[in-house]
Amino acid sequence: MLKYIGKRILIAIPTFLGITILVYALSSLAPGTPLEMIFNDPNATAEQMEAMRHKLGLDRPVYIQYLNWLWQLVQGNLGTSYRTGHSVWADISERIGPTLLLTFSSLAFSVIIALPLGAMSAYKPYSAWDYISSAVSFIGAAIPNFFAGLVFVYLFSVLIKAFPSGGMYDTSGTRSVPMLLHHLFLPMLVLSIQQIGSLIRQTRGAVLDVLQEDYVRTARAKGARERVVMTAHVLQNAMIPVITRIGMMIPFLVGGAVVTEQIFAWPGLGSLMVLSINSRDYPVIMGITVFIAAAVLIGNIIVDLIYGLLDPKIRYS
Amino acid sequence: MEPLLQVKNLKTCFKINKKWVPAVEEVSFHVAQGETLGIVGESGCGKSVTSMSILRLLPKATTQIEADSILFQGKDISRLTDREITEVRGKEIGMIFQDSMTSLNPVKTVGKQLDEAFLIHQMCSSQQAKEESIGMLKKVGIPSPEKRYGEYPHQLSGGMRQRVMIAMALAQSPSLIIADEPTTALDVTIQAQIMELLKEMKEKTGVSIMLITHDMGVVADMADKIMVMYAGMVIEYGTTREIFKSPWHPYTQGLLASIPRKDRDIDRLHTIEGTVPTLSTMPPGCRFCDRCEHATDRCRKERPKMYVHGDRRIGCFLYEEKGGGSDEN
Repeated sequence: MLKYIGKRILIAIPTFLGITILVYALSSLAPGTPLEMIFNDPNATAEQMEAMRHKLGLDRPVYIQYLNWLWQLVQGNLGTSYRTGHSVWADISERIGPTLLLTFSSLAFSVIIALPLGAMSAYKPYSAWDYISSAVSFIGAAIPNFFAGLVFVYLFSVLIKAFPSGGMYDTSGTRSVPMLLHHLFLPMLVLSIQQIGSLIRQTRGAVLDVLQEDYVRTARAKGARERVVMTAHVLQNAMIPVITRIGMMIPFLVGGAVVTEQIFAWPGLGSLMVLSINSRDYPVIMGITVFIAAAVLIGNIIVDLIYGLLDPKIRYS
Repeated sequence: MEPLLQVKNLKTCFKINKKWVPAVEEVSFHVAQGETLGIVGESGCGKSVTSMSILRLLPKATTQIEADSILFQGKDISRLTDREITEVRGKEIGMIFQDSMTSLNPVKTVGKQLDEAFLIHQMCSSQQAKEESIGMLKKVGIPSPEKRYGEYPHQLSGGMRQRVMIAMALAQSPSLIIADEPTTALDVTIQAQIMELLKEMKEKTGVSIMLITHDMGVVADMADKIMVMYAGMVIEYGTTREIFKSPWHPYTQGLLASIPRKDRDIDRLHTIEGTVPTLSTMPPGCRFCDRCEHATDRCRKERPKMYVHGDRRIGCFLYEEKGGGSDEN
């Protein structure tokens, strides 16, 4: 098992490097430089601009810039934001909490909703229940979250006025957990909706497959009641492919959070990312990339570990 | 004495392309107390369907089981509710399946799966169940049972897994065991060991066995009576001795002639010409008529009854005169 974990971590390192190289290259390729975006002072002379460029290290080749950045990262230094002048670490740590709250609550919400729905429609396939949950999952999977976001804001915030349309707290100045949950609900729902759709399908398929296995018949032949057959035999086996799908949801949730945070003015990494990209604030872009990549890779390792727990063949190989 | 299990006129239909097609029909037989009944026939003849229909282990949505009656210890188990039949499964009738790799849950230790057999119908603690399970593993000849108890199916050899299946089937001391091709997935030396184990268990516990196989050697060795099935129907029934000595039905004759024998030196084995009709193309008359060298026009139009001669039954017009036609057991 230790060897298995070690192997997973070793695989994660080159993946991480690859992600940072790709993002660094892409942001350098984007038109416009931080200088034009930040210091758009029409009176600045060419010499002043050049001096600034040299100071930020932007006059050197891109790969040298990347290696410099990487060297700083290894030493634990994420750099300073061009835009705010704060350390990148400070900017990110202020924003990371809300993003983690949003993505993990969406993950939990998707799983809690989708697993029972999927399992139930597999248990009674082609029943009315199955058709309803299939329809829900197809519609859910087909709605892009920027659209769902706008529709939900219109329905729940404008028409019904049941939920606030943005922010984490209201403007009264008091902060409480119920208030936070009240604000969290809509963005969480929007971020979950696509994931719920595909997870229902995945669960349904996995449970249907397992129900046809010989060992389910063996369990029935022993005299096990249907409830025991489902809980003791079917679910654990069906979870193996479902866990894989849940692991794949993490990058989608992180990516979806960028859009969702914009719609709901959620003060997280996603909105900071958009702001930083617009101002070509390379250190912040790269800092956020590091966090997102780390979150996704750690998520994948956790999924692999759960996978090993569920399937003894993996644990012992 | 009344038989342990008596099946009368069993008919099982499968839903294929939205139509109900019979997979087995007019199947009647009985298993006496302490007896071993061998059910033989080629793949797809309905042996397994017959056995699984008794315990209703076929997928419910696509299967329809009808029977005049299925009497087990005098009680008609075909009339039980789905909830009541779970009380019969495992406790009264145990089952051993063919492929022990797929028939054991890959994510649970064999010990836990065996425990379940004890915990399902009996009130006992998990500690007691564990002790019983280890005892059972020892009984079926598994070395170092305490260690094997905590292992997963993929860590055991095929023969070992089949021993676990047998332990599981015997766990609740049922009075009948249905063994559905218990040795098919094993290699020859292990096959012999497993059959030996089944025989030994039968002697020790007096359990009756319904042995489903296409291996004539296995039935000759184990069974007291033989039922030959072809294309979803019973065509011949009798004691093992009589059937091996003088098979009556042309199909049984062909089946026995196809067995290689070491006392005869031949170049080619006997084969039965043609193929089994599919479920949807069953001939209206005798189902074997297209492959039978004795077939007459009558065979093609009219289905033969089971003719009774002493304790032998045969579904062929050639034997109509020798005794009276009857559907009785």
